[in-house]
Amino acid sequence: MKIKLKVNGENKVFDVKADEYLLDTLRKNNYVSVRRGCDNTSCGVCTVLINGNPAASCSYLSCKADGKEITTVEGIPEEAAKIAGFFGREGADQCGFCNPSMALTVYAMKKELVNPTDDDIRSYLVGNLCRCSGYQGQHRAIKAYLEVE
Amino acid sequence: MKINNYVKVSSVKEAYSILEGSSKATIIAGGAWLRLTPAEIDEAVDLSGLGLDSIDVNDGFVEIGSMATLRQVEKSDIVKSLCNGIVCDAAEKIMGVTVRNIATIGGTISGKYGFSDLITPLMVLDTELEFHERGRVSLVEFMDETAKIRDILLKIRIPMKEGRGWFETIKITAIDFPILNAAVTRIDGKTKIAVGSRPYKAVLAEMAMAYVDTCGKHDADCAERAAMTAIAEIKFGSNSRGSANYRKQLCEALVKRGLREVMS
Ligand SMILES: Cc1cc2nc3c(=O)[nH]c(=O)nc-3n(C[C@H](O)[C@H](O)[C@H](O)COP(=O)(O)OP(=O)(O)OC[C@H]3O[C@@H](n4cnc5c(N)ncnc54)[C@H](O)[C@@H]3O)c2cc1C
Ligand code: FES
Ligand code: FES
Repeated sequence: MKIKLKVNGENKVFDVKADEYLLDTLRKNNYVSVRRGCDNTSCGVCTVLINGNPAASCSYLSCKADGKEITTVEGIPEEAAKIAGFFGREGADQCGFCNPSMALTVYAMKKELVNPTDDDIRSYLVGNLCRCSGYQGQHRAIKAYLEVE
Repeated sequence: MKINNYVKVSSVKEAYSILEGSSKATIIAGGAWLRLTPAEIDEAVDLSGLGLDSIDVNDGFVEIGSMATLRQVEKSDIVKSLCNGIVCDAAEKIMGVTVRNIATIGGTISGKYGFSDLITPLMVLDTELEFHERGRVSLVEFMDETAKIRDILLKIRIPMKEGRGWFETIKITAIDFPILNAAVTRIDGKTKIAVGSRPYKAVLAEMAMAYVDTCGKHDADCAERAAMTAIAEIKFGSNSRGSANYRKQLCEALVKRGLREVMS
């Protein structure tokens, strides 16, 4: 089945299977910043923005995404670089596997929440796991990013 | 999950006729739960083009379209206005936003999942469901039935009544299934208590509810006795998250806490 997506602002047509997931469609087409972790909605590393909302692409059927706007971290280069800068300064980076999904979720949170509290930030990011950092550095980095921005 | 054919329907009627035509046709809402199952689906019937995701007030009811995502429900000011926002409280405690932007309220109710955090508060709000073929039925009656549904859930209707509400879910981690959850409301002088994730599906604690409503004084003693009544009438089970006995103790504490909140 053919689906039309707008990926990072570009109109694309993909041929997908009825039970294909957006994560596979994107990775097959070289959007490899979208990572595969648990493949069952538990870790968040496959996060993309679907019409601006963060969603686990491993569990979103490609056919269901037909006609939608998809943003991967390549679609927000300036914001992603800024967020990465804060992560680096706060020592929140280790293997980097979770970074693209964290950057997208933080970017979406900034747009969605006004003056989020510490608890709001933690709650928004509860589904984005990081195996390495212990979250404190990331939390400091996110707060610094939100304050400056 | 395996899908042979995917159909984005353009009307509810079309969706229903596909369901009627094949026992292996299945409604896809968010698809997040189906993804985790071994289901083999001949025709996946996607309802997302039907505008079934609105949240409005109509005729004294808050009407939530079955395709509204948990995130839409959680953020809705209309839903927040119901009994201290207990439905929003429950929705926001389910997984992370990346799941709540996919999973729907219709998928939650249709699945009748024992672990559901959302069904428990909906049960204490006198919620009714509107199906395409069957028409309206109360959520409590629907939850009691064991037959598999071959119908399309269109709307979730919650009466807009003033009242107090309380909800709590106990989880080992924020993104785990609950060990137990409970919801309590007091509306028009009547008390409702529901307990879910026992780990079986949510039920009303009917005897405890009746006890509270006949209690002369709504004090700590009344809450205590009602909680004891609730644990005596409700059946609990064990799984990897907690034993039946642990759940019983949690239930006692939660019901007491909930009653104190709504009676204060
Ligand atoms: C990893 C994970 C963890 C979760 N943890 C929790 C938790 O802790 N607490 C909690 O409360 N919930 C939890 N959930 C469940 C979630 O809240 C939803 O209930 C679940 O995902 C179903 O919603 P869906 O839109 O994905 O439904 P789908 O997977 O699309 O459908 C589920 C079932 O409902 C049927 N269906 C869907 N819509 C309709 C309709 N309109 N009419 C008739 N039938 C319909 C489908 O055919 C299917 O049988 C979790 C889900 C996942 C994936
Ligand atoms: S790979 Fe999608 S949530 Fe883990
Ligand atoms: S830095 Fe390694 S998973 Fe987050």
